[in-house]
Amino acid sequence: MVEREVVIKNRAGLHTRPAALLVKVAARYKSEFIIVKDGMEINGKSIIGVMTLAAEQGSRLTLRFDGDDEEEAARTVMDLFERGFDEA
Amino acid sequence: MPETTSHKREIVLKGVPASPGIAIGKAYFYAKYIPRVEERSLKDGEVDREIERLANAIAKADKELSKILSFARQKLGDAKAKIFEAQVMILHDPYLNDAFVQRIRSEKKNAEYIVHSEFDKYRRLMLTAPDDYMHERAHDVDDLKNRIVRNLQEEKLISRLEGAAIIVSTALTPADTMILSRNETLGYATDTGGITSHASLLSRSLKLPAVVALNAATDHVETGDTVILDGYAGILIVNPTHKRVKEYETKRETFHRFEAKLAKLRDLPAATLDGHTVELSANVEFEEELEYVQLQGAKGIGLYRTESMLIAGEEFPSEEEQYKNYKKILDRAYPHAVIMRTFDIGGDKIEPENIKEDNPFLGWRGIRISLDRPEIFLTQLRALLRASTRKNLAVMFPMVTDVSEVRRAKEFVKRAKEELRTRKARFDNSLRLGVMIEVPAAAYMAAEIAREVDFLSVGTNDLIQYTLAVDRCNNIVSRLYREFHPAILRTLAQIVAAAHNEKKWVGMCGEMAGDPLATILLLGMGFDELSVIPAFLPEIKKIVRSVKLADARRVAEEAMKFSTTEEVEAYVTEAIRTMCPDIPLPSNSV
Repeated sequence: MVEREVVIKNRAGLHTRPAALLVKVAARYKSEFIIVKDGMEINGKSIIGVMTLAAEQGSRLTLRFDGDDEEEAARTVMDLFERGFDEA
Repeated sequence: MPETTSHKREIVLKGVPASPGIAIGKAYFYAKYIPRVEERSLKDGEVDREIERLANAIAKADKELSKILSFARQKLGDAKAKIFEAQVMILHDPYLNDAFVQRIRSEKKNAEYIVHSEFDKYRRLMLTAPDDYMHERAHDVDDLKNRIVRNLQEEKLISRLEGAAIIVSTALTPADTMILSRNETLGYATDTGGITSHASLLSRSLKLPAVVALNAATDHVETGDTVILDGYAGILIVNPTHKRVKEYETKRETFHRFEAKLAKLRDLPAATLDGHTVELSANVEFEEELEYVQLQGAKGIGLYRTESMLIAGEEFPSEEEQYKNYKKILDRAYPHAVIMRTFDIGGDKIEPENIKEDNPFLGWRGIRISLDRPEIFLTQLRALLRASTRKNLAVMFPMVTDVSEVRRAKEFVKRAKEELRTRKARFDNSLRLGVMIEVPAAAYMAAEIAREVDFLSVGTNDLIQYTLAVDRCNNIVSRLYREFHPAILRTLAQIVAAAHNEKKWVGMCGEMAGDPLATILLLGMGFDELSVIPAFLPEIKKIVRSVKLADARRVAEEAMKFSTTEEVEAYVTEAIRTMCPDIPLPSNSV
C-alpha cells in the first residue's frame, strides 16, 4: 500500500470538473484508491464520493493506493494534484 | 357575495412580464413528483428480481436525463448545458451502482429504500458543507434520487401533456421549461422567478409568453381551469368571464396582426419621420440568443452580460475560455458593434466567494469586485482585448460611483494591453471604453465620467432602484418602483446633457429602453441608442418610425414639468396614443 499527503492547490477545489477528471484518471488503474479528509474515507473512483468530500482549496487530503499498480497510480494522481488539475 | 352560478370566480393575478405574448387556454398545474419511499423486506428469491428492477429504473432515468441534456445542448449550447452534467456523471458512477446492488443483496430491502438511503447519506453530508455550491449539488442528488425512485414506482415523467396548455407551477427549472416546451405549450406562469432567470430567457427564445413572480398563482389554479396569460402586462387571469375572454381574443388578434406588421419593419432603419436615426440594439445574455436578435432586426448589441459565462460556485473561466466566448459573439455580430460589460457580479447576481453581506445591493459588486481582484479583472480584460481585433467591440464597466474607479479601471486596461504586447498578441488598440451609469452618484458626476471615456450607457433598473430607494424584488414596496418618477426624468435628462456636452455618445440599456411608453420621451431627451430585450425591438422601432424628433423633444420638455409620477404617466400615455394610434398598448389597468 502507498500513502501520500496532498494539499489542494487549484482555486475551485474538487468541484465537478476536477472531480470528474480525478475519477477518470484513477479508473485507469487496478489499485484501490481511497481518499481521506478529516477522518472521512471515500472511494476515489466514485464521482459522488469525491464530490461529497467538498474539498476546497487548501484542504489537506490523504491518498491511499492499494494494488499491483499502486506506485504508478500514486504518481499519476499526485501529478494531477500538483498541476492543479490543469486549471488555467 | 357568494357565487350563485357554477362559474368559478374570476381572479386577476399580477406578476412580472418575462416574455411577451397572449395565451388563452386550459391551465396545467405542473407539480414536481416527490415520491414516497417505504421500507420493505424482500422474501427469498426476490433479490435478483429487485436488482433487475433497479437496473431498469436506472436505465430509464438515464434515458430521461440524456434527453434533457441533449435538448439543453441544442437550446442553450454546450457551456450552459453543463449545469445538467453533474447528475449524469453521478448516475453513471460504477461504485454507487455497486453499492446499491450489494446493499440489496446483504440487507434484503427493496430498491426504493436502498436508493433513497444511499443517496441520502451523500445528500446529508453535502448539506453540512458551508458553501452554496455543495447545497446545489445536494439538490442535484435529490433530483436524481427522485428520478430513479419515480422510475422504480413506474410513474412516468410527466412531460407529455394532453392538448394545448398554459403551464402553471411554483417554479420552473431550465430542465422543466425545456422538457415541457416539447408539448403544445402555450405559455408559462410561475409563482417565483425573475425576468433574467434562465427559464424566462428560454421562454423568450421559444417565443412563448411567460409571467413570473405571481406569488400564489398555484394556490388559485387547478389543471383544467381556463386562464389568460398576458405576457405584455404580466397578468394571469384565472376563470375569466366570457366578456374577458372575448376582450383578450380581440387583444390577441390585434397583437398578432401588429406583430406581423412589425416583422416587415425588420430591415427598415430606426429613423423618425423627420430623418433622425437612433441606434436600436439588443441586450443579450447568451450566445444562442444572437440568431433571434438578428431576426428581430437589431443593428448591434448594446449590452452583453459577460457574467452569464459564470456558473454559480464554479471557478472563473480562463482567459482562453473567455476569449473564445467573446470572439464567437463578436464574429456573429460583425460588422455590427457589441458593447460588453465586464463581470457584474454581487448584488442579486452570482456571489463570487460565498461572502454574506447584509445588504448586497449596497455591497461588493460590479467594478468594486474587479478592482479588488486584479487577477480576475486582468484575465477578463486580456480576453476582451484579444477578441477585439475586428474592431467591433466596446467595453463598459458596471456599478461605477467614482471617477477614480474609472481611472483605475483604465490603468488595468493599459496593463492588460502591455501584457498582450509582451506576448505579441493582437488587439484593437483603440478599443472604446464606457461606463454604465446606474448609481445616482455617477449620474451627478456624468460629465466628469464622460470626460474619462468614450461613451456612457444608462442602466435604468439599478438607477431607479437606487434613486427611489426601492428594492423591486421586495413585494411590499415594488409598486413604488416607477420609471416615470419625475426625479428619474430629471436624472436621465441631466446624464444626456452632460454626455453630449462632452461630445460623448450616450445610450440606455435598462428595461426602460424597451418600454413603449417611454420611447418618445427617451428619443426626445436625445439618447443616441436604445438597447432592449430582443422581443421588444420591432415595437420600439415602429414607434421611432411613427414620430418626428421635433415632436418627441416637445414631449420630453413637457413631461419634465410635472411633479408626480401619475401626471407623467398620463401624459406619455396620451402622447403615444395620439402620435402612434396603432400601437396596441399593454393594459396595466385590469
